[in-house]
Amino acid sequence: MPTSSRLPVRKTYKLYVNGEFARSESGRTFPFKHRAGITHVARATRKDLRDAVRAARAALGPWRNRSAFNRGQILYRLGEIMEDRRGELVEALVRANVRLPAAEKEVSAAVDRVVWYAGWCDKIEQWSSTKNPVAGPHFNVSSPEPSGVVGIVAPGAPSLLGLVSTTVPPLCAADTVVVIASQDNPLSAIAFAETIATCDMPAGVVNILTGERSELTPHLARHMDIKALDLWLDDDALEAHAADLACASVKRVRRGKPQSSAFWFGEASMSPRWIESFMEIKTVWHPAGL
Amino acid sequence: MKSDLKPRDNGLKAKAKARLALAAPAWTAPSKWEYAPAPEAHDYIKLRPRYGLFVGGKWTKPKAGRYFPSINPATEETLTEVAEASEADIAKAVAAARTAYDKYWRKMSGVERAKYVYRIARAITERSREFAVLETMDGGKPIKESRDIDIPLAAAHFFYYAGWADKLKWAFPNTDPRPLGVAGQIIPWNFPVLMAAWKIAPAIACGNTVVLKPAETTPLSALLLAEVIEQADLPPGVVNIITGGGQTGAALVSADGLDKVAFTGSTEVGKQIARECAKTKRRVTLELGGKAANIIFDDAPLDQAVEGIINGIFFNQGHVCCAGSRLLVQESVHDAVAQKLYRRMQTLRLGNPLDKNTDIGAINSKVQLDKIEALAATGDAEGCARFQTECALPSRGYWFRPTFFTGVALSHRIAQEEIFGPVLSVLTFRTPEEAVEKANNTPYGLSAGVWTDKGSKNFKVVRQLEAGVVWANTFNKFDPSSPFGGYKESGFGREGGVHGLLPYLEI
Amino acid sequence: MDESGQRGRVLGAGVAAVLERTTVDAVGLEERAAALAKRSIKQQSKLDGLRLAISCMDLTTLEGKDSPGRVAQLCAKAVRPNPADPTIPSVAAVCVYSTLVRSAKKALRGSTVKVASVATAFPSGLAPLDVKLRETQEALNAGADEIDMVINRGAFLAGSRAEVADEIAAVKAVCGRASLKVILETGELVTYDNVRRASWLAMEGGADFIKTSTGKVSPAATLPVALAMLEAVRDFETLSGRRVGVKVAGGIRSAKNALQYLVLVHETVGDPWLSPDLFRIGASSLLNDVLMQIAKERSGAYQGEDYFTKD
Repeated sequence: MPTSSRLPVRKTYKLYVNGEFARSESGRTFPFKHRAGITHVARATRKDLRDAVRAARAALGPWRNRSAFNRGQILYRLGEIMEDRRGELVEALVRANVRLPAAEKEVSAAVDRVVWYAGWCDKIEQWSSTKNPVAGPHFNVSSPEPSGVVGIVAPGAPSLLGLVSTTVPPLCAADTVVVIASQDNPLSAIAFAETIATCDMPAGVVNILTGERSELTPHLARHMDIKALDLWLDDDALEAHAADLACASVKRVRRGKPQSSAFWFGEASMSPRWIESFMEIKTVWHPAGL
Repeated sequence: MKSDLKPRDNGLKAKAKARLALAAPAWTAPSKWEYAPAPEAHDYIKLRPRYGLFVGGKWTKPKAGRYFPSINPATEETLTEVAEASEADIAKAVAAARTAYDKYWRKMSGVERAKYVYRIARAITERSREFAVLETMDGGKPIKESRDIDIPLAAAHFFYYAGWADKLKWAFPNTDPRPLGVAGQIIPWNFPVLMAAWKIAPAIACGNTVVLKPAETTPLSALLLAEVIEQADLPPGVVNIITGGGQTGAALVSADGLDKVAFTGSTEVGKQIARECAKTKRRVTLELGGKAANIIFDDAPLDQAVEGIINGIFFNQGHVCCAGSRLLVQESVHDAVAQKLYRRMQTLRLGNPLDKNTDIGAINSKVQLDKIEALAATGDAEGCARFQTECALPSRGYWFRPTFFTGVALSHRIAQEEIFGPVLSVLTFRTPEEAVEKANNTPYGLSAGVWTDKGSKNFKVVRQLEAGVVWANTFNKFDPSSPFGGYKESGFGREGGVHGLLPYLEI
Repeated sequence: MDESGQRGRVLGAGVAAVLERTTVDAVGLEERAAALAKRSIKQQSKLDGLRLAISCMDLTTLEGKDSPGRVAQLCAKAVRPNPADPTIPSVAAVCVYSTLVRSAKKALRGSTVKVASVATAFPSGLAPLDVKLRETQEALNAGADEIDMVINRGAFLAGSRAEVADEIAAVKAVCGRASLKVILETGELVTYDNVRRASWLAMEGGADFIKTSTGKVSPAATLPVALAMLEAVRDFETLSGRRVGVKVAGGIRSAKNALQYLVLVHETVGDPWLSPDLFRIGASSLLNDVLMQIAKERSGAYQGEDYFTKD
């Protein structure tokens, strides 16, 4: 029974790939029950994942070629847009049974974290580089470079803060990402995707898939064009299986343990090391002589 | 394609037909292609008839009630009047900064402080055109420079340092970095708002509060910055802007209650300030003058090297502390370089700084123009050959044609003294060792340029030059992440990068 | 400073060598080109520039499907780009494949518009030399005023500079008094050092013009590439006293872009080059954009495509 005289328009929840919102190529969805009813969320397939990786790969060159300052500006604008749309981000949490004060706190923390990382884009290289005093008349510098396409299985919870904490650091590294969203609350991921889509982020830099993590994770792990994995799974067996599959292309793998709220809201989950994990150190030698 | 069709005779003979086609167009190409004036719109700039001091978050009248005019050096028109801060005003400003420090700023978390500084950065970008036009009107530099270089860099400086505000423990691991307190800052007239950014951004990002005095001839962009800071809702007193001349500057430096003094300006004044501060324990950083060597080897990419020379000495009319004012060119390519330089100089457009095509703007003041003319005259007197851009000068305003002297020796005055104008002294060398020796043979040590296509020579020479900034195959490049500052009498302390945080922290 | 060749011939051999072998710093070159691209060309200087651009244009059709009919219609546009505006000059030349020279000549009879023919196995240049020379001769026999040849990029990149130089000289010999433009295909040479070296080679081989591109490869003409070529032309004049022209071709679609090339010429080699004798723009759709800009300057209104004929 409608509670008011005006009928609200219901949203369709789609995948976010290559800067566009599209349904799964399979047309499949899965039902997500929440406080405002049932929403059928897109259920990504391995083909959607394949397309996402292709988009991320194509976006890599242009993303890397922008100045670090420009990447920082885009991430700062992500913060601006998230702040402006906090209502939607809060609502996505509240529907999934997060209490309102906690939801507000989570959104504030997520925005501040994005701004924190925005400020790392043009500093990570300084922080992580060294000029090395090799013995001999050579100029020798080590500096970090982006690894490539990073595959992320986002934490189940907290669905927004965990997503932001894992998705944003590789962007500071000038990597591009393919993210498999939380299954406990996919609504957050799509609301977040909408802020990415409107903050001047180039298409393909961030790709977000909703679906069955047990189905998608192995495909992410074995995809030969993904250079690094960031796994935040609750399922030990699935995680071990993914880590095993990743070996075929010698991926760099980080395995995150399920963490408490204190971890995600505190300083332990924000660090330039999280950026550095998705970079490679290149050392260059050059003679200094007439 | 053959056809049996025969067209109707339309009465026009072939010749007449041809004449139609040949009809001379009512246009002939001009023998010289001149650019039409392309003025940047500036009628939306609304200046108040008079400006007060920005102290404690409010606009206040100067206690002694004195004001002085700010003029447009390109037209000699008076733009507005600004307040002259007296010792009493300075004391009030320092007190406001101290209160803001104790009450708000030192207690605020880095995250919150960062967001305030980001606001300033974004607001400058939003009002960038307004800032650029004002900067040009007040100081005389070409609009294309204020628009494309000064203002974007100023915004970028705030953006960069905003990002360090909440990361100081990462910048300096195993330490507990703390702000110093209240900083007194004095800036020059050559890059007014950019210098304000270089001073204010790192200071407040690190948790200090500031009292800043812009240069006497260029206060307006700092006052617009004060408006931006006011609208960004910064806690009152975190940034205070007081206008005035040399006396105001001296009074600020010796005011009670400062924990830190930062100065950019001439070496002569810098030494006086250092002596004043030596009487107390306050920290000091100085960014002073220079007489940079721009070294061109015979294997340099010549045309780009010539651009580097032009950029090095004629950018901002040579009002640049790190200007490449001594050209050290390898003797074997001296003639080729001099000819290319002379030819290239003729395309420099001198005139109305608000014209988008102007390359060379006005000299900042009559005082500065007199100095440049006097020193250039010594070049003639000491037997050097003068070459310049052959162009007309506007009838009003302060102007000096881009100039270079050949046949200069190290012992000539124009090779030793900072002219701070568009005057280049050209000397020769034979070997890399000689080039380095001549480049280093000066009490200054701010910057240097090296041009060669050979990588190993570049790395070797760069290592040997006694200069805080060395540009290899480029010149006058600045970035907020790149530390800038001098060796020797060009000052000490760095601005930009991680090193730029050190002057504003107790570690 | 006087632009005569006397100065060049007086320069020491040392300077000549320096000018010839100087390298090009890509970052610096691109910065200079970008700075020149920012010049603001307004009002009368814009109108003059736009008309100059037309008078320096080589209106081009180089497609496999070109026919006499197509060429004839293009030529009508070339002679009188906009009949409604008598201040619009004819273009400099029409540029076609060698087998269509005769059709072009016929359609252009009585006008000032020249016929330029591509030859030498355009666009690849990979054919036996005698075939290339014969094609050149045939084009001249058919009445071509100018020949646009391509250099052998494969040979250049493999290091056979002498071979490249010899081919240019051979084609120039066939051309005689007809004007020879040498296409460097800068998009395939890639580095500016290569562009400068190839420019120098072409000029020493007798080129009347050096040209950026065939238009069949991307990137074609760019401002930095044109700048590198103009600097080479300027130095060549200093040394030899001879003025070589520059043609930019491929990818130039907007009037604004055309004006930027004029600025490059004006500020690098000077106004003597702002003439169809020493500067050309090879283009097709550019012409209408220039006409639209001229109309906008004169009327104040932005124009629509419906009002300008496609050919």
